[in-house]
Amino acid sequence: MSALLRALMALLRRDLLLAMRRRQDALVVLGFFVVVVSLFPLGVGPDPQLLRSMAPGVLWVSALLATMLSLERLFADDFRDGSLEQLLLTPQPLPLLVLMKILAHWLVTGLPLVLISPLLGMQLNLDGTEIAVLMMALLLGTPILSLVGAIGAGLTLGLRGGGVLISLLILPLYVPALIMGAGAVDAVMYGSSPDAHLSLLAALLIFTLLLAPWAIAAALRIMLD
Amino acid sequence: MSDAAAVPGGALDAPIPQPFPAHCLAVDGLVLERGERLLFNGLTFSLEAGELLQVAGRNGAGKTSLLRVLCGLTRPMEGEMTWNGVPVRRLDDGPGGHLAYLGHHNALKDELSAEENIQSQCRLHGCPQAPEVVFSMLEELGLGGHADLPVKLLSQGQKRRVALARLLLLRRPLWILDEPFAALDVQVIEVLRQALEAHLAARGMIILTTHQAVPVRGTQRTLTLGTGA
Repeated sequence: MSALLRALMALLRRDLLLAMRRRQDALVVLGFFVVVVSLFPLGVGPDPQLLRSMAPGVLWVSALLATMLSLERLFADDFRDGSLEQLLLTPQPLPLLVLMKILAHWLVTGLPLVLISPLLGMQLNLDGTEIAVLMMALLLGTPILSLVGAIGAGLTLGLRGGGVLISLLILPLYVPALIMGAGAVDAVMYGSSPDAHLSLLAALLIFTLLLAPWAIAAALRIMLD
Repeated sequence: MSDAAAVPGGALDAPIPQPFPAHCLAVDGLVLERGERLLFNGLTFSLEAGELLQVAGRNGAGKTSLLRVLCGLTRPMEGEMTWNGVPVRRLDDGPGGHLAYLGHHNALKDELSAEENIQSQCRLHGCPQAPEVVFSMLEELGLGGHADLPVKLLSQGQKRRVALARLLLLRRPLWILDEPFAALDVQVIEVLRQALEAHLAARGMIILTTHQAVPVRGTQRTLTLGTGA
């Protein structure tokens, strides 16, 4: 058991170390998120009330697109240099290894989005409670984006134009998270409780957490066959 | 291949301090088709402790495919592999617990140093090594001054040596090597040759493909993949 834990930690550490040495990858995602959100006021005009009512949707769609941007490289680098083969050959359960890779991916790309969202929320005229709910929703939602996106990344491994294909495969699957996440902020904006939306989002997270690693492991085995 | 006058007690007697228990790999009736082409049909062989099997055949005969099947990366259409009599698919930890694979790719991360690469992979494979052990292994393979450099700064041959260092440190009884001598200079070929001999002497097993005739002392067999039925 401890050997398994040590192996999982080694993988997490390796991926975080790689992200540290290639900081631009994570910064591009964050920059993209900030730029897209900032473009909306320029496009639809500076009416505070309009911006405020659009804010949940804008922030969520931008987070979604920013995550898509980073998915292609999730397994592609390991695939190209042969590390993925070696990963499949380790005596550790592949779904858990996959889960560690996704955790690293989320820490590097998802968490920064959550942390910067209050600033962008303020920019779109959200108030304190709404920002708190937004952060909570993103905290529950961005791991779902990473988990579901990794299925697409696994299935398009080694294909030409994989990035576009991931978007087509995965964006429809993001719809439930988008509806719950934006809905939670909407709910608090119109004076009702966001609990229902957040609970459903949490349930969705648990569901994907339980199933996605197995689906991804199967996808990787097929793509490396 | 013949027994050559090899230097007794090679430079690499350190990494294999104690012999492995006697294992046995058996392959029965393997059938593999790639892209509508039958690569092999009913391939049967077995390998005992201390034996080396060289897989020969012209380009495209399916040498690499066979190695990937043996690793469990590619699923054969038919046939069974057993490890000590247990079907490989039913082993607790899959095939990974007993074999080390060196493929065409070196499986190194460009941004990490040689030492970090080896450390993380050894931990992943469940056999962590002390830093001194890793450094002395790298030293032995002539990478002494390069252990801390990002791997992307190393040459092709040096990267291959790092991959070899990982292979030697994993301490698996079965080595599956795809063109292990490619891109290596004469000196490292000699080091690897001695490592192979030491591994066989420690009752390890080796399956390799190579286009170079490299004399290794020990029991050897050659499996020639034919023209594909």
